[in-house]
Amino acid sequence: MLHIVNKSPQEKNCLDACLGVATDGAAVLLIEDAVYAATTGHPAAAKLEQAQSRLKLYVLRPDLEARGMADRLIAAVTAVDYGGFVDLAAEHTCQSWL
Amino acid sequence: MEGVVKKFMFVNRKAPYGTIYALESLEVVLISAAFDQDVSLAFLDDGVYQLKKGQQTKGIETKNFSPTYRALDGYDIEKLYVEREAMEARGLTEADLLVDVTVLSRRELGMLMDGMDVVLSF
Amino acid sequence: MGNIDINGKSLETDEEGYLVNLSDWTEDTAQFLAQQENVELSPNHWEVINFLREYYTEFQIAPAVRVLTKAIGKKLGPDKGNSQYLYELFPYGPAKQACKIAGLPKPTGCV
Repeated sequence: MLHIVNKSPQEKNCLDACLGVATDGAAVLLIEDAVYAATTGHPAAAKLEQAQSRLKLYVLRPDLEARGMADRLIAAVTAVDYGGFVDLAAEHTCQSWL
Repeated sequence: MEGVVKKFMFVNRKAPYGTIYALESLEVVLISAAFDQDVSLAFLDDGVYQLKKGQQTKGIETKNFSPTYRALDGYDIEKLYVEREAMEARGLTEADLLVDVTVLSRRELGMLMDGMDVVLSF
Repeated sequence: MGNIDINGKSLETDEEGYLVNLSDWTEDTAQFLAQQENVELSPNHWEVINFLREYYTEFQIAPAVRVLTKAIGKKLGPDKGNSQYLYELFPYGPAKQACKIAGLPKPTGCV
């Protein structure tokens, strides 16, 4: 399963809901305002670091760059471009946490 | 323009690009400058992300409007307030912001808000 | 929506004649747009046009007249940083008309 989160974790609880439901081995992709979760100094970053042993974590790089956060990406999360997004979507069934 | 000058505050609480709020607010602020009012901008919660340095929007094919915050000074809009707790909760410091701001606590921002004639929320 | 043809190239404009794509602008485009506005471009006009394009590059907006006037005064001196001088160059409004010729969008808040 590929879980896609696009809401800021400090505005909506979508990321928490997603991390709670996602089963071991699932992929989680952060896009749009959810990318802030994967940046240093953000409280959600610790949750992602904790989840990295059981989930595959990705972030959409263009969304990170747009927000000026590309240089703050935490090591637990892998940046992908649009091609990588398509590959992930093609490999998995998708669940969007809107 | 002759007449009564009112105190306006634009309250910005959303991150840029994910929603249209930040850009809409900025446009209304620029328009408001034509009416010679006393305008303040407050950046709370995710709104502080609007002022983050280094935004590069080529990849998402969206206009990067962050340089426009630096034009506000030329529009005589000089009162920019940022919530200290919001910056701390996001690992940001003043050095991460692309304009000069006044950093205030939530409580101080609340008191400032109380003194406004009009508060517009984005 | 409309189109203007310059040097065999068709450029997209909005319903008021402003270029849709900033990157379409060249000095020839400016000459063409100025002709349509009945403005003959002198070095003084070019000074304002170039100023506007630099302003846009830096701030990503076209300035309001008041802001333009002040900024020009700062850079080119008070004899040019006043609305009378700018309106003589661009009778239909230094912001509106000069922006169109400079290939910028209409200034925000300008009706």
